[in-house]
Amino acid sequence: MANQHVSDPTEHAHASHELSFWRKYVFSVDHKVIGLQYCITAWIFLLIGFSLMMLMRWQLAFPYQPVPFLGRFLSPHLAPNGVISAELYNQLGAMHGTIMVFLGIVPLAVGAFGNYLVPLQIGAPDMAFPRLNMMSYWLYLPAGLLMLASFFLPGGAAQSGWTSYPPLADINPGQTVWLLAMVIIITSSLLGSINFLVTTLNMRAKGLTLSRLPVFVWSEMVASVLLLLAFPPLEAASILQLADRVLHTSFYIPAGLVVLGVPSTATGGGQPILWQHLFWFLAHPEVYVLVLPPMGIVAEIIANNTRKPLHGYKTIVASMIAIGFMSFIVWAHHMFISGMAPALSNFFLVTTMIISVPSVAILTCFIYSLKGGSIRFTTPMLFALAFLPMFGIGGLTGLPLGISVTDIYLHDTYYVIGHFHYVVVTGSIVAMMGGVYHWFPKWFGRKMNDTLGKVHFWGTLLCMNGVFFPMFIQGMAGQDRRYWDPMTQLHNVPTQPLHVVSSISAWTLFLFQLPFIYNFFHSMFHGEKADNPWEATTLEWACPSPPPHGNFVKIPRVYRGPYEYSVPGAKTDWIAQDAPEAA
Amino acid sequence: MSSSAVAVNYPGEHSGLTNAKLGIWLFLASEVMLFATLFTSYLVIRLGSSSWPRGWEVLNVPLGTINTFVLITSSVTIILAYAKCMARDKAGFKTYMALTLALAFVFLGIKSVEWGTKFRAHHFPSTNIFFGVYFVLTGLHALHVIGGIILNSVLLFMADKHWDDPLFAGRVEAAGLYWHFVDIVWIFLLPALYLL
Amino acid sequence: MNLNYPKYGWGLPVAASTYARDIDFGIRLIHYAMFAIFILWGIFFTYLLIRYRRRDGVPAEREHEHHPIKSLMPDLIVMVFEIGLIAFYAIPVWSRIKQTFPDPKDANEINVIAEQFAWNVQYPGPDGKFGKRSPDLVHFSNPIGLDRSDPAAKDDVVLANEIHMPLGKPTLIHLMSKDVIHSFFIPSFRIKQDAVPGMDIPVWVQPTRPGLYELSCAQLCGFGHSLMRAEVVVQTPADYAAWLKSQEPAPAAAAQPQNLGF
Repeated sequence: MANQHVSDPTEHAHASHELSFWRKYVFSVDHKVIGLQYCITAWIFLLIGFSLMMLMRWQLAFPYQPVPFLGRFLSPHLAPNGVISAELYNQLGAMHGTIMVFLGIVPLAVGAFGNYLVPLQIGAPDMAFPRLNMMSYWLYLPAGLLMLASFFLPGGAAQSGWTSYPPLADINPGQTVWLLAMVIIITSSLLGSINFLVTTLNMRAKGLTLSRLPVFVWSEMVASVLLLLAFPPLEAASILQLADRVLHTSFYIPAGLVVLGVPSTATGGGQPILWQHLFWFLAHPEVYVLVLPPMGIVAEIIANNTRKPLHGYKTIVASMIAIGFMSFIVWAHHMFISGMAPALSNFFLVTTMIISVPSVAILTCFIYSLKGGSIRFTTPMLFALAFLPMFGIGGLTGLPLGISVTDIYLHDTYYVIGHFHYVVVTGSIVAMMGGVYHWFPKWFGRKMNDTLGKVHFWGTLLCMNGVFFPMFIQGMAGQDRRYWDPMTQLHNVPTQPLHVVSSISAWTLFLFQLPFIYNFFHSMFHGEKADNPWEATTLEWACPSPPPHGNFVKIPRVYRGPYEYSVPGAKTDWIAQDAPEAA
Repeated sequence: MSSSAVAVNYPGEHSGLTNAKLGIWLFLASEVMLFATLFTSYLVIRLGSSSWPRGWEVLNVPLGTINTFVLITSSVTIILAYAKCMARDKAGFKTYMALTLALAFVFLGIKSVEWGTKFRAHHFPSTNIFFGVYFVLTGLHALHVIGGIILNSVLLFMADKHWDDPLFAGRVEAAGLYWHFVDIVWIFLLPALYLL
Repeated sequence: MNLNYPKYGWGLPVAASTYARDIDFGIRLIHYAMFAIFILWGIFFTYLLIRYRRRDGVPAEREHEHHPIKSLMPDLIVMVFEIGLIAFYAIPVWSRIKQTFPDPKDANEINVIAEQFAWNVQYPGPDGKFGKRSPDLVHFSNPIGLDRSDPAAKDDVVLANEIHMPLGKPTLIHLMSKDVIHSFFIPSFRIKQDAVPGMDIPVWVQPTRPGLYELSCAQLCGFGHSLMRAEVVVQTPADYAAWLKSQEPAPAAAAQPQNLGF
């Protein structure tokens, strides 16, 4: 072997013994440790973001009623007598969105799953820049903590929505900390995406050509390109907004503002809509960062549990790349009624319809992959299967929002909330829950409990639909988003009972996460031992579970595509990617 | 385990570029997006603005021009430093690297004189949208210059210890690419702010 | 005449403007298509899950060849549907609603100036001309900063949270904002447009049914976002004219703009 660094496992084993606790578990440069750090941190953030929402849902279901039990712990200033005030409601709303998107799903999809699995699936000993990798995590965590700490700082947390439209965001309290935290998170994501791309392009095992990469690795690559190119505009936009707040420039402030009766001291000359363009230039590709890696996870799970190759591997990969490319030119479909020139809408209407084509192609390939299969209904497979119709609902309801004319009515109503939660919650999060069940044996050498997993699955699926489906009906009735008290409008009154349904579903959804949390930590130490329980073919299973420092005892050589299941004439119904031709 | 050693020696499939080089190019791609966004914002704000001062009437064009020459010269010296590094001439490398650093400091010095004059004339970012754009864009660029100074001085001080590391030249090359980028951004800033 | 709010329910609110029907047509059509696609797809999905569940001794069948056309068939159907929607529905209707405006001469022209957290409405009065406004003149007795020294302002009527529109005539609204972005949304009229500070965005609507309607703010604008409610009164032209006549012109502004001490 030409390379001692990689092929000598004893060196790593030896090295890992000498590492102190801090270097091994806290400031580790090992992609697996960092991946698990990301995984646990991101799930905790998801839980925090979810908790904020459960609090908001109390106000929506039972306006002006004191929050039971928790109410007395809320600041009397923000929640007099335990009743959630409008300021607190807006803080919770803005932080819910920010935490879920930037601190929850992206770090989980890219930081956790990507970090742990990409090097393993390409047969690499680690990421290309391990120290940079550590830095990504150690920027992400403090940024997240800063974001949370903003609740307790003077001025409170940001309260202008996760989209932070100026001039509101320029004048509302709490926004400065939000912007600082965002700049740090963006930097962390940029470092991560560079690392992923270099790793995947430069460190694949011999024989692992691009056309033999698992779909998951492809999805991470496309997501990394999106992060790399779409995040800097938001960074620039955030810097300009930060300048507006700290240096009193007026990039987003026009002349002649009068805020609550007081003429603004800003000199003006800026444009509020500029922020929206820059924000959505990031945030639309961001949607695909939230969706593509979970799609990759679903692809892996489906191929493994149907025991046959994916239908249309090339179509799926090409569609992912097409989505990545197109996602840069659809951003203004979030802005049909923002006041931008109406003629521009037609362009973005057309690109939006075009981007639905590769999305439909991917979903179709997943469905056709089931045909002819020998479907095992394992716990991860249940999650992957649920992803298909749920993501389907999310995608279909995007149609009336993407058509400019129907968006006039539906824009900024609960319909929009329902739409994107079907995409990212019942889509992405469900897929990533499946991913946890699927790769748990890889991470800890033990399986998660199946019965608890099924309880978790059915409870989650039911409750999620209970939370989000009523929103379509409310949106249809014209209910506006981000209302602290929807009952101020007569047309919201008839659908008020649906808020109660949503809220109760949300709280029940929380209860159904308890078996998941228990299962995770219990199985870590007491689960059934397993090495490759799913009889999966991809490279991550070619090393021991959990993999040692440096991953592969011997750097694998790849002889075939990623999903060689049920090959006629083979002894077993699967042939690992690294099994020599002879087997 | 040295991270980049893997890339150089890695026996598997790869792009043919070293990790450092591929990494820096990707990093520059994101930097291009950052500054492209800022320039686009500048254009949008300027085109939508009812009045816009002529750059040369409010800014010091001679100082800006001198700074351009300073930066371009430093781009040349960093190439020479890289050439000396490839030629295994340590003293030459150190001289040119130190010269690059010195020029970077000259750039920042002139910049601070310019900013100082503006502040004394009570021109602040909040004065009007033009000065907002001017201070934020040149300020961000100055931050990139400071980043480059840190990077280059680390290489200068690492030279003795890591001179024989096969990766050292690759790092110098990456630093050079970054420094060129900082230079190019300035070449766009000069006309955008001072001349047009 | 006695005016009432329409009955609101779970579905789309009553359609009360000329283009509400066009927008509803699209919403309905797309939803029927969505249901059809989802149900057909769901049947196929369920069939696959049952037909190809794991059975002992039955191995998975590998496909011998991949037909890219087959996997693109659903795409083709979706695409034809979408192209049809774009070409025959979205673009023409969009241009009718958002890109063509009634002639101000034939329309009832008003200014709507949004603020935290109210909708101010300026009627030009009999002279048909809006008085000048200036941010320096804004005062709580003069929320829109109307310049009383301007002759055009003499007969202007300024109201808060109350918009009157005549039947049978388009109303042309100049949408503005004093502070942050708001969004002008009358569910029954299917009209929605952001009000952006520093911009004057024209929108138009022609009500088709007399009555009271709700105007809400659809863009997060601060802590009072959900309280930003206004009443829209649609009257017969005669009633509208009588109402407008009965309105006092806005009171003269205080001589000196005062700082409210916020």
